Amino acid sequence: MNPANYLYLAALLFTIGAAGVLIRRNAIVIFMCVELMLNACNLAFVTFSRLHGNLDGQIIAFFTMVVAAAEVVIGLAIIVTIFRSRHSASVDDASLLKL
Amino acid sequence: MSSLAAAASSTSTGEAVQFWVLAVVAVAGALGAVLMKKAVHSALSLAGTMIVLAVFYLANGAYFLGIVQIVVYTGAIMMLFLFVVMLVGVTAADSLKETIRGQRLLAGLCVLGFGILLGAGIANASLRDFNGLGQANAGGNVQGLAALIFTKYVFAFEITGALLITAVVGAMVLTHRERTGRPATQRERSEARVRGKHLPPLPAPGVYARHNAVDIPGLLPDGTPSELTVNPTLRARGQVRDVSGEALEDLAALEQRSKEWLERNNDRSEERAQ
Repeated sequence: MNPANYLYLAALLFTIGAAGVLIRRNAIVIFMCVELMLNACNLAFVTFSRLHGNLDGQIIAFFTMVVAAAEVVIGLAIIVTIFRSRHSASVDDASLLKL
Repeated sequence: MSSLAAAASSTSTGEAVQFWVLAVVAVAGALGAVLMKKAVHSALSLAGTMIVLAVFYLANGAYFLGIVQIVVYTGAIMMLFLFVVMLVGVTAADSLKETIRGQRLLAGLCVLGFGILLGAGIANASLRDFNGLGQANAGGNVQGLAALIFTKYVFAFEITGALLITAVVGAMVLTHRERTGRPATQRERSEARVRGKHLPPLPAPGVYARHNAVDIPGLLPDGTPSELTVNPTLRARGQVRDVSGEALEDLAALEQRSKEWLERNNDRSEERAQ
């Protein structure tokens, strides 16, 4: 097996995540799909790191993980705040910028 | 020259088997995360996919990232998701009605095209040979990463620190609730507690019927189920089991049996009288 198969898997996972972001309307599930896309990118980075034989890809994947953690904290805080004021986590209901 | 000698074009058979088995699990988990109706099920499917990805990182020589993937993603991020689902999602059901006509079809087409584009891009790249991480990992994976983080990427690393601080402050600001009105006094709170409410404890589930599980409503004297006896969360999820029909059937059967028994006794007493 060639490690390029990992890249095809990463592409597939990224595509599935993108489909989820486009199709689902629950903000939490959309967020999980974004996480899936980030993870697919990480897999591609790690595979590239192996293909090239140096560790830069792993460093980038590490930074992606840190950014993903920060993003999850902020995103979930926003979802909880919206849910408090609107009693709904659907992205269709949050159509106004003011409360 | 030595790097060329180290270049290989195929992995071990064991890794191939591992890849083909676990890739199926990863894709199934991803599909589950997208297609499951309830957010909790999505989160659990996604956690499975992330664990599989951690195994792939380990197989690719990224030992540090594999462990971090398990600790940070499945341990912290997915559990945070589950907490928020518990806070938000239990009663907020995801309606599966399409609001924009044809949106799903169009989204599916776009995603299909995007996937074909990505796959074609990878297929076009020349990826026959690869350099394993043997040389880069020779002094230890963590040591190699540390050397890079604190030399070449030190500026990005420090920016990351600033990002994390900002995220923490942002989360605190967003979830903090500013008090806009006057706080309620003790008297107002005690009045609010009793006025217009059901004062005695709510009736317990099931004790008026022949079951005592929490998801079975108690029956009123006329045989109809009482909504008050079941936890509101179960009611919102639609997990209330109604056994009032069963109870009424049991009662009818009991009456039938007692009637038969009485008739038999009557017959016997008549025989004795003759």
